[in-house]
Amino acid sequence: MMIADGIEDEEKWLAEGIAGIQHNAFYLHRAVDSNNLREALKYSAQLLSELRTSRLSPHKYYELYMRAFDELRRLEMFFKDEERHGCSVLDLYELVQHAGNVLPRLYLLCTVGSVYIKSKEAPAKDVLKDLVEMCRSVQHPIRGLFLRSYLAQISRDKLPDIGSEYEGDGDTVMDAVDFVLQNFTEMNKLWVRMQHQGPIRVKEKLDKERSELRDLVGKNLHVLSQIEGVDLEIYKDTVLPRVLEQVVNCKDELAQHYLMDCIIQVFPDEYHLQTLETLLGAFPQLQPAVDIKTVLSQLMDRLSNYAASSAEVLPEFLQVEAFAKLSNAIGKVIEAQVEMPVVGAISLYVSLLTFALRVHSDRLDYVDQVLGACVKKLSGSPKLEDNKATKQVVALLTAPLEKYNDIDTALTLSNYPHVMDHLDAGTNKIMAMVLIQSIMKYNTCVSTAEKVDVLFELIKGLIKDIDGTLADELDEEDFKEEQNSVARLVHMLYNDDPEEMLQIICTVRKHIMAGGPKRLPFTVPPLVFSALKLVRRLQGLDGEVAGEEVPATPRKIFQLLNQIIEALSNVPSPELALRLYLQCAEAANDCDLEPVAYEFFTQAFVLYEEEVADSKAQVTSIHLIIGTLQRMNAFGVENRDTLTHKATGYSAKLLKKPDQCRAVYACSHLFWVDDQDGIKDGERVLLCLKRSLRIANAAQQMANVTRGTGGPVTLFVEILNKYLYFFEKGNPQVTSAAIQDLIELIKTEMQSDTATPDPASDAFFACTLRYIEFQKQKGGAMGEKYDSVRI
Amino acid sequence: MNYILGAFKPACHISITFSDGKSRKQVPLKKENGQTVMVPLFQSQENISGKISIEPVSGKKVEHNGIKVELLGQIVRELDVPGEIYERKTYPFEFSTVEMPYETYNGVNVRLRYILKVTISRGYAGSIVEYQDFVVRNYGPPPSINNSIKMEVGIEDCLHIEFEYNKSKYHLKDVIIGKIYFLLVRIKIKNMDLEIRRRESTGSGANTHVETETLAKFELMDGAPVRGESIPIRLFLSPYELTPTYRNINNKFSVKYYLNLVLVDEEDRRYFKQQEITMFRLGETS
Repeated sequence: MMIADGIEDEEKWLAEGIAGIQHNAFYLHRAVDSNNLREALKYSAQLLSELRTSRLSPHKYYELYMRAFDELRRLEMFFKDEERHGCSVLDLYELVQHAGNVLPRLYLLCTVGSVYIKSKEAPAKDVLKDLVEMCRSVQHPIRGLFLRSYLAQISRDKLPDIGSEYEGDGDTVMDAVDFVLQNFTEMNKLWVRMQHQGPIRVKEKLDKERSELRDLVGKNLHVLSQIEGVDLEIYKDTVLPRVLEQVVNCKDELAQHYLMDCIIQVFPDEYHLQTLETLLGAFPQLQPAVDIKTVLSQLMDRLSNYAASSAEVLPEFLQVEAFAKLSNAIGKVIEAQVEMPVVGAISLYVSLLTFALRVHSDRLDYVDQVLGACVKKLSGSPKLEDNKATKQVVALLTAPLEKYNDIDTALTLSNYPHVMDHLDAGTNKIMAMVLIQSIMKYNTCVSTAEKVDVLFELIKGLIKDIDGTLADELDEEDFKEEQNSVARLVHMLYNDDPEEMLQIICTVRKHIMAGGPKRLPFTVPPLVFSALKLVRRLQGLDGEVAGEEVPATPRKIFQLLNQIIEALSNVPSPELALRLYLQCAEAANDCDLEPVAYEFFTQAFVLYEEEVADSKAQVTSIHLIIGTLQRMNAFGVENRDTLTHKATGYSAKLLKKPDQCRAVYACSHLFWVDDQDGIKDGERVLLCLKRSLRIANAAQQMANVTRGTGGPVTLFVEILNKYLYFFEKGNPQVTSAAIQDLIELIKTEMQSDTATPDPASDAFFACTLRYIEFQKQKGGAMGEKYDSVRI
Repeated sequence: MNYILGAFKPACHISITFSDGKSRKQVPLKKENGQTVMVPLFQSQENISGKISIEPVSGKKVEHNGIKVELLGQIVRELDVPGEIYERKTYPFEFSTVEMPYETYNGVNVRLRYILKVTISRGYAGSIVEYQDFVVRNYGPPPSINNSIKMEVGIEDCLHIEFEYNKSKYHLKDVIIGKIYFLLVRIKIKNMDLEIRRRESTGSGANTHVETETLAKFELMDGAPVRGESIPIRLFLSPYELTPTYRNINNKFSVKYYLNLVLVDEEDRRYFKQQEITMFRLGETS
């Protein structure tokens, strides 16, 4: 309610003020139109008296000021025309000073002053000096600010700048600078004082009101930057020291923040670079509450952009040792401002790092230095709790990655891991993901064991449980994604030199083995495949390096693999381990390492026997075993027999009849390898097929007994297809008669009363028959072979 | 008859003209009835000369017992022996190098006037009298010693200021230049004015009567200064109706001038410091 009333009152006061101005403006216009100077002065003074109000907020006061300003422009035109009022400008300059009230008097004085300078009857500097001095009489902050802003406005085009018509005859650019600096200083003092004056009001409101006026103060700096004659030397010797002096001495956080920002924004980057020491020297002297980091970051951003703008300016940066100075200044600021939150310090380092990366991309030591400083700052507290600070650290760590597109660089930074140590577990993981993504994005290959070691040290948050993290806190999906990323990462670790590659593999192994049961299923397979890749590479080199003492031999690698997979089987993740054993066995087979391959198979069988209990898993595993074993050619008869025997045995022991049946007929392939010197034992093939047929029959009968209907004939059709395969491959034990019998059997089964119609198996059978028909009609040797089969 | 006639219409017109009336400077003079008339300006030691014309109203004669002109309070000149005037008659007069050490002054309780008085003495009908005011102003050389006024004043732990006026003696068209330096400010000042005050004292001893007038109120500062601020003073005296300082004129009266520095705080309390200045009339160069 109170506030609403206040606003209403203010509106009313503003309206009254405007009415007062309009009223006097009417008579002023009349006086001007009739060239009556005395009346013009009288009414203009009355008009300006409206600006003496203390009741308006800066915003409303501005509105009033602008009305008066318009009238003053008009009055100035009148003053300029001596013929109309018949009074010399000098006399006019005195005449307006007769006004009894100070504010109207000074507005009029500034207005005549403008005419006076233009007339060139007196040196511009003298008039300016007089005006800026006389304005001291207004000590009320808002009124003073607007008055001085008016002075700044009317004097802007009359400064004795280089090339200006007001320069010369003792008027130099220094006079212009002095004038603007003085006006700036006084305005800032008034602005700062605003908070102490007037009725005690809410601080936020005051701050808001002050913010509304800040541009009036900042405008002076803008004017300074626009003065042509302000070269580097003047800026360095006069402008900057005096502006900074005022900024530091005013001891006001709002002003300090705004003005530092202003300095950085309005003056050229080149000047900043050359006066870096002076500029930076001011920062530690600012009030503790000043948001230095934003300002400094601004500065560094600007300098970075400047450096990026042209290669020619880079030597300047080196010459002035910009990095060292900035780094030093940041150190001092952090030291001086004990209260500064960690996030502030870190964001300063982020800016500095960005600067270093952009300006001195070749100086990794700078980057490391920044990280080091950051570590030092962070070492005070063990882990970051502050969310924002964490974000900044992530930014800090991400910056070098983005700059160099290359993880290698980050890995050479000794302080990089130390910074990461200060992140909480969650963020550490995020950062680790960022690292991995960076590697993926830029397809970076990490090529030495040493770097791999550093890298895994960096991403250890993903590699193992870090104390304090509870497993159930983790989101299952996130966890999978993380581990998949690690798995992908493993493939990015590569060196052409087998020796080094082996080292890499060992290093990775060292790290991932600590991952625990949940991680190993993700991390072991890529490592195994990476190792197998190396094995295959060595196989290719075999000829060249044979006979030499090579540390990286396939045998050695297989030993390693054995251990790795063993760890997985202990996890336990038997099915996966089994697959990997089989993969290794196959690789060992290709290397002609029979004992090794045998060992892997043994491991796989052991796992099958002891660990794979689920019947579905058993089916899958047994098919994998059969498939792998079939391709093995390194085994001697004895070993092979042992393994095939085992595999066949397992097949027959599967729980479900159909599964048994399928596994058994699959085993038939173990005895018939369609290679030049592959095994071709037709009898045992037939044995398997017959056995599977028996099982299929049994399955059919079981179905009749238990459900009263026969099962589908699919199994028979599948067996028929196996018969056809071996028949075509020329297995003498598989005859057309046997095929004929099987076809009849299927037909009978299909027509039996108990048969369950099953379109899929019907179609399958129909297709099989069509194939036979096709082969018959094709003629040739195959056609003849099929001749005796009737369908 | 004559009484009535005399009341409505004087028997004659008396006009007084000065011999250099056309070239002599005229200055405004405020009369008792409030009207301002332009009158000639003289200074001490000047000759005051001119002509007096007496013109009877047409067809009348003026009998008289003699005609005289007086520079009031000082000198009498007989113009004519008793007789009759039938038509316009002009008498020249002259008071040579008249000693007029005091200036014309128009105060609150005291006026110092210079008047020419023409008297036509008559028997039964009463005398016919005409007055002519003129103004006397005396010019002096600038004072040889003219120090500035510099002073530190204050209220303990509340307000300490130091002010400076560039001179202690100012001529009437002078400019007061100076500054006020704030050494300590613990009160909320609203504004600061510089006043010019005139103190006119009349009578003497127990009967002394003092009248003080504020002739100028000039705002020096708007708002509250802080410690270390220095506020400029520049006050042009020409717009104000000032006279020189008069000290004990003819043992009758004195006129003194003071600069009064007034600070007003937000509760409208006034803090002031008064300082006498001497005003003098500077010889006009033109």
